[in-house]
Amino acid sequence: MSADRQQKKPRLTADEQIPGAFEGETVSRRRFMTGTVHTAGAIAVAAFTLPALGFAIGPVFEKSERRWESVGPIADFPDTTYIPRTLTISPGIGDVGKTTVYVRKYNDARDTQPKDQYNQYIAISTRCMHLGCPVRFVDASARFICPCHGGVYDFEGKRTGGPPVRPLDRFYTRVRNGNVEVGPRFSVNSELHRFSPRDPGMPLDGIGQYLYPARPSTRKIPGT
Amino acid sequence: MAKITPPLPRALRPKPKGPSENGHAPATVKEKAAEKGITVVDWLDERTSMSAGARWLMFRKIPKGTNWFYTLGSASLFAFLSQAVTGVFLAMYYDPSATRAYESVRHLTNEVFLGEFVRGMHKWGSTVMVILVFLHMGRTFFFGAYKYPRELNWVIGVVLLILTLFMSFTGYLLPFDQRSFWATTVGVAINGTGPLVGPYLNDFLRAGPEFGVTTLSRFYALHMLLLPGVIGAMIGAHLYLVARLGTTAPPWIRADNPAAQREADA
Repeated sequence: MSADRQQKKPRLTADEQIPGAFEGETVSRRRFMTGTVHTAGAIAVAAFTLPALGFAIGPVFEKSERRWESVGPIADFPDTTYIPRTLTISPGIGDVGKTTVYVRKYNDARDTQPKDQYNQYIAISTRCMHLGCPVRFVDASARFICPCHGGVYDFEGKRTGGPPVRPLDRFYTRVRNGNVEVGPRFSVNSELHRFSPRDPGMPLDGIGQYLYPARPSTRKIPGT
Repeated sequence: MAKITPPLPRALRPKPKGPSENGHAPATVKEKAAEKGITVVDWLDERTSMSAGARWLMFRKIPKGTNWFYTLGSASLFAFLSQAVTGVFLAMYYDPSATRAYESVRHLTNEVFLGEFVRGMHKWGSTVMVILVFLHMGRTFFFGAYKYPRELNWVIGVVLLILTLFMSFTGYLLPFDQRSFWATTVGVAINGTGPLVGPYLNDFLRAGPEFGVTTLSRFYALHMLLLPGVIGAMIGAHLYLVARLGTTAPPWIRADNPAAQREADA
């Protein structure tokens, strides 16, 4: 920078010998106009970018109320094997929005997690916790098996082989008028503790639950 | 640096008029047509000064040793143009709604005249474009053409590579068959494995916690509006820098007179 650039500019425009300067004027009219035009431009650009940006990221904060869906009378579901049922998790898009859920009765001999009002029936999501492919329950081996990359889960949905990072997600269930109803999704860690739902590929053991925060709008039922 | 406009190639220079033609109107039809063409070009050039820019862009000096590997960039560009043109015609039939997308692609492929061909061009052309872009990148790397003063062009090229891959990712969902649906489910889940930002990236891509009503149209809008626009702008910048900086000679080419070259470099 040259020496005269570093010189402090006089505070008043009159001292800069600007013709027609008012007494006590500190901002020249040229600077004022430049600033005004820039500000007007910035406001105009913000007026269409900010709404567009908000529109694009809005879904992150959108609250989606999952309703409870009846999947059949309680007599349908034994406690030794799973019965597949179809749920609509994303309405308005036909078959794409449906998913299969495996339902059985709580098995006192095998299930270890404490029994409460939401797990008298166990509803297991078919979404593989590696990358989201659909798993299938194979009766003969009592295992959930994923066709994509070879993930294997045991009868309780805990990972026993392959790349998945946590047990299969579950859904809250309740009994109403003799029917089993399936509600919102939740995720579990390897000890089957309930967590707010996460996407596939996100581990929940150790610091996993902090590295992969749940979306603010979709939480597990408080107190469970 | 003084800006030098290269001279017109010999074939394009106006011929001096012969003594017999002086002052006479052009006689033959061919001469009249040529006269009209020159009038139109002159009219445009007088108002835009385009010819200097066009000469600057087209009649550049290229180094000794330039070979077929130097066509990979143009090949990538033509692959992009092919994708753009076929994509426009596919868009005339495509319906980006989750319930009708598959049916519209089936109709386009099986019933529309040449539909299968145009769709095939677009489908296989995308793979060709990715391959060409990688080969182009390899040429630039192995010829050392990314070095000073062309680093910025390398950076722009990497951005173009990423945008090309993002085009492939967003385009894969659009046929909306079993393969594209599950491949996108897996692709989005891979995105999500990035710590801290992953969950939010997922929600942005899917437009919500689940694959929903607007996911497909979101991919469609990214694929046919946002990404091609950005790629077009980036290609413009890439080509401008190529014309501005020129191309490099292959590494095995030596200067004709090394001593004089060293003198000139110093």
